[in-house]
Amino acid sequence: MKFILMMGMKADAESKSKGIMTWPKEDIQAHIAFMMSLNKQLKEAGEFVSAEGLAWPDQAKLIRAGKDGTPITDGVFPESKEFLIGYWIIDVETAERAYQVAARASAAPGAGGAPLDMPIEVRQILSGPPDEFV
Amino acid sequence: MIAPDLEHLLRELAPQVLGAVVRRFRDFASAEDAVQEALLAAATQWARQGLPEHPRAWLVTVASRTLTDQIRSEVARRRRETLAAMESGYVMQAADIEPEVSSDDTLNLIYLCCHPELTRSSAIALTLRAVGGLTTGEIAHAFLVPEATMAQRISRAKRTTKDSRVPFRLPAAGEQTERLGTVLHVLYLIFNEGYSASWGELLQRNDLASEAIRLTRLVRTLLPQDPEVAGLLALMLLTDARRAARIGLHGEAIPLHKQERSLWDRRQIDEGVRLISSVLPKGSVGPYQVQAAIAAVHDEAVRSEDTDWPQILALYDILQRMSDNPMVRLNHAVAAAMVHGPGTGLELLANLDSDERLKGHHRLEAVRGHLQEMSGDTQQAIASYLNAASRTASLPERNFLLEQAARLRLILKHHPVRRQG
Repeated sequence: MKFILMMGMKADAESKSKGIMTWPKEDIQAHIAFMMSLNKQLKEAGEFVSAEGLAWPDQAKLIRAGKDGTPITDGVFPESKEFLIGYWIIDVETAERAYQVAARASAAPGAGGAPLDMPIEVRQILSGPPDEFV
Repeated sequence: MIAPDLEHLLRELAPQVLGAVVRRFRDFASAEDAVQEALLAAATQWARQGLPEHPRAWLVTVASRTLTDQIRSEVARRRRETLAAMESGYVMQAADIEPEVSSDDTLNLIYLCCHPELTRSSAIALTLRAVGGLTTGEIAHAFLVPEATMAQRISRAKRTTKDSRVPFRLPAAGEQTERLGTVLHVLYLIFNEGYSASWGELLQRNDLASEAIRLTRLVRTLLPQDPEVAGLLALMLLTDARRAARIGLHGEAIPLHKQERSLWDRRQIDEGVRLISSVLPKGSVGPYQVQAAIAAVHDEAVRSEDTDWPQILALYDILQRMSDNPMVRLNHAVAAAMVHGPGTGLELLANLDSDERLKGHHRLEAVRGHLQEMSGDTQQAIASYLNAASRTASLPERNFLLEQAARLRLILKHHPVRRQG
């Protein structure tokens, strides 16, 4: 079963003031090392499909097609909007295993090495076989 | 590029050779590497110089020599380090090669790949790699994961078989039924993966269904007397025969009763029917045989309305007594509805609501929707279809269920009187 694990971040000023941009260097390094090691373990377990980090929310653009199909950019976001900042796609035996991986990612170290306890949204990818016969 | 004939021969020989080499050296991972090298050597050498007199023995000898050389240099390295670490036993064993292969080796290899200690996905990957001879890249492609991930999964599986010290021999008489059951289940899962591919992945994954059929044929040649092996092969053939009819032009799933039956593969149906008809009278009937018999009844109906539902219901009765599988109970309810009317089916479904394994399962809701539609309860049917659509993990199935609900909404709009039937 494949799952996507989505890591979100609020775009408001308060989140920014506590975010990675304000951490000391060694905390940032510890955070990155943790993520690299998580990916490495997923690869070794034969569960890794992909993982990407995304550009920061303040670079995000919302696009709609105008009447003639030309893109219309909406650059102003509501303060509290939560943005996807990175994701993993994993292929695991059970949903419980996906939750376990998400919990590990959630506990990535933040400022002062304390676990961040980030919310990770876990969604199943529609790749399961339909059980047409027994 | 190797000639198709040669490639076919090599794929057929690969598991036999690997089985023989694993038996001698007891190390799955290095045996597999050595056999790969031998196969590569064969592909170039045989294409130029023609086949050796005993191709299989040739491969076993070459692979064993590679392994022996590796072990010798490893031993030499260790000897240089400490004399005490010398493992002369290995060398003796390896040097004494008799390149003879028995069919038990292949069967052993299959039992090893489908070992109960392996996770489902590991057993599938290992079987396709070691017995099916698919490359790691091909398997990764079929399961839509990166090649490196699949390589890790396979090497972990090999390590598990080594660490668990599974003896490389046929299972003892007492455990054989159970071990064969695991093997058949793995083959069944490979088939199901291929058969139920969504449209975007159709081409590459259909190969998995063919591969499962090929592997099941192989097991059948090794265990020609086992009726469940025959039953599984018949089930695969009778199901796969509908392949061309079950996906529409736009990739949509087409249910059995709407399929264009002229597209069904007669040759496969004939083979499946012959096979299941030959084993059923022998009396040792298992679940795969009964499922094959049900598939045969469907396949033999010229039109959907000709389906012999009383016979299918009787077969589900038998199947239900054999296995406590909730999906079987669900299909039994469908058959009962086709024979005795949707009311009977809905009553049976109500009983299933208390089964923890089925509670809220999308398939239960999809069947409920179908039976509610049959009974004219359009409003409830729409709700059930939508409920099922939000729970399924299959994209084509979700699309199908959404369309069912949309179709009923349209009916309701034009015939509001059919609100309650």
